[in-house]
Amino acid sequence: MIGIVSYGTYIPKYRVCTEDIAAAWKKNPSEIIGALGVKEKTVPGVDEDAVTIALEAALQSLSYFQGKPSEIGALFVGSESHPYAVNPSSTIIGEFLGIGTAYLASDLEFACKAGTAGIQMVAGLLAAKHIAYGLAIGADTAQSRPHDALEYSSAAAGSAFLLGSSNILASLLSYTSYSSDTPDFWRRDGIRYPSHAGRFTGEPAYFAHVMGAAIKLFQKTKLRPEDFDYCVFHMPNGKFPREVAKRLGFSEKQLAPSLTVDRIGNPYSASSMMGMSAVLDVIKPNKKICMVSYGSGAGSDAFFWKTTQKLETVQKKRKQHKGMVCQQIENKTYIDYFGYLKQTHKL
Amino acid sequence: MNITVAGIGMTKFGELWAASPRWLASEAVHRAIEDSGMEKKSIQGLFVANMLSGMLGMQGHLGALFAEELGLSGVPAYTVEGACASGGLAIHAGMMSILSGQYDTVLVLGVEKMTDHKPELVSSALMGAGSNEERLTGATFPGLYAMLARSHMEKYGTTEKQLAAVSVKNHFHASFNPLAQFTHPITIDTVLKSSCVADPLKLLDCSPVTDGAAAVILTKKVMRASSGVQIIASQIATDTLGLSGRKSLTELAATKIAAKKAFQQAGVEINDIDCAEVHDCFTIAEILAIEDIGFGNKGEVGPRMEKGVYTLGTAARVVVNSSGGLKGCGHPIGATGVKQIVEITNQLRGACGKRQVKNAKCGLAHNVGGTGATAVVHILKK
Repeated sequence: MIGIVSYGTYIPKYRVCTEDIAAAWKKNPSEIIGALGVKEKTVPGVDEDAVTIALEAALQSLSYFQGKPSEIGALFVGSESHPYAVNPSSTIIGEFLGIGTAYLASDLEFACKAGTAGIQMVAGLLAAKHIAYGLAIGADTAQSRPHDALEYSSAAAGSAFLLGSSNILASLLSYTSYSSDTPDFWRRDGIRYPSHAGRFTGEPAYFAHVMGAAIKLFQKTKLRPEDFDYCVFHMPNGKFPREVAKRLGFSEKQLAPSLTVDRIGNPYSASSMMGMSAVLDVIKPNKKICMVSYGSGAGSDAFFWKTTQKLETVQKKRKQHKGMVCQQIENKTYIDYFGYLKQTHKL
Repeated sequence: MNITVAGIGMTKFGELWAASPRWLASEAVHRAIEDSGMEKKSIQGLFVANMLSGMLGMQGHLGALFAEELGLSGVPAYTVEGACASGGLAIHAGMMSILSGQYDTVLVLGVEKMTDHKPELVSSALMGAGSNEERLTGATFPGLYAMLARSHMEKYGTTEKQLAAVSVKNHFHASFNPLAQFTHPITIDTVLKSSCVADPLKLLDCSPVTDGAAAVILTKKVMRASSGVQIIASQIATDTLGLSGRKSLTELAATKIAAKKAFQQAGVEINDIDCAEVHDCFTIAEILAIEDIGFGNKGEVGPRMEKGVYTLGTAARVVVNSSGGLKGCGHPIGATGVKQIVEITNQLRGACGKRQVKNAKCGLAHNVGGTGATAVVHILKK
């Protein structure tokens, strides 16, 4: 059986409120909060980037791992804000984790679903018995142009899933993917901020792909939405995951524990993995979870997870170390809009 | 000058992400040909109404493009551009070609594909309909119509609630139109609470960005009874391109002139009109249109709008924008003027289902380019 052995999360402590961003642009904050469902978002510290964030998440995941870092045979880092265009984030992180040199390292990019692409790649290597453990990380310091609609939601965070074949806290029972050439959001090489196609990012992009992958998963597993205890979706804003859950037939109760977007925004590659981590933090063993990511361009990865008894051990440690997603969300320092511009190097 | 509307067809209007301009055109024309019962080979001329293809899609030469796409290669084909009045102008041009004796039967196609392009590019391209001075100041059409709305409010006491009533009416009508972009009714409160776009105009005072196509086959041949709707007047008037040259900001002079000439040409009175499709690109535009055509006195239309005087079911006389208008049905620029003819024809045929105006015998279509630099008025009868 393949599954999650451990997981780690990192949420930068800085927050900027939607109303402060709105005020800077003379917008009505309640209108924007109502439309996007994001009250505040995380901001990276001035010395934080996707690598440091990914490393923090990975270090936390290894702190609950009983094996040695050198047993990790693959490390994939998914991000759309890798600090280097050429020079892998994965090897920097591998070096700091002390994995050694006998591992496959690779940086992944698929907009907001590069992290979950890493999960599927690790799962494949585990199934083929090429490796004993593999680490898949989604981390971003999400870019957005000042005054763009994205500015209200683009956030920073990271989540790391250590996968293996034994001592697993959540079994990976099935997974699917749904991909197509749908250019709804893009950033060309050398260009600082992403572009997006406005409302096109909704129906033909997010909804078509998330639903496509989810329906494939239902067909493959012969499960219906009501057979799952929880669901997790990529969270570009507060509306989309709620809407897609409703369309697929999930209840608000199934979705609620995963909704981190309201308080941290959209940390791109980390979004759905952060939602999944938030769910793992609070649920009991033997619970079924449907998780679906979304990456612009476009594609979705859907997963069927089932928690085991081992989850409680990791939950206790995360709580003790104040490492739970909800605890990290509450550990915050507010900055104003100018502080946000400075810390994201826009000023 | 009677010209028969031999066939009509249109696509669903809306955000049609999967539809190309070619598909939109084929779909609308296929339906029009099927509706006419004519053979494609009867079509002797093609008039394509479009505004934005050259600016947004870098594709000009639409006459030949759509002639090829529609299997009409060899047929004379023209592109007609007159901003948002392109459709009305193309209908007029098609009619003139028949009246000149050049053709017996022509196809008028209005088509626009807007949602493939970023909103800021669409706004910028639409300003191609404005004056250079307006562009240089950074004005956009919501801003220009907001000035017209403010002027009307100051002179006649028109209220934001009265403007909102236009949007509520048109969404109500669109809720009965399966081809409309918005099929959900809205309330005055929803309009008033929507985001401010250009004070006093809110988001729901503005027509949307829309994809869609509409097609009309015009002929001088005698058609079967069910298709026997005729266009009995077609008039165009122009005004200054920019608002700064206008004598008044509380009327569109081009509408007044075109309407007056159309009524004279048709030999009918204002009270003969049962249904009208008017150009409500913004809510204030519908109030201006109703006043300038003559369906209501200056300054009285706002209060009448709130009372449902132009609404299906409660109308005192004429029902305005039974299709949902530009606000509810959508506004694919080049297609709008052609769609108006489609809607009026359907009304006069008694084929509008739940949005049917009872005993409709005479209808009017009013299409505007820019802030009234072009106005086209057609009158149709059964």
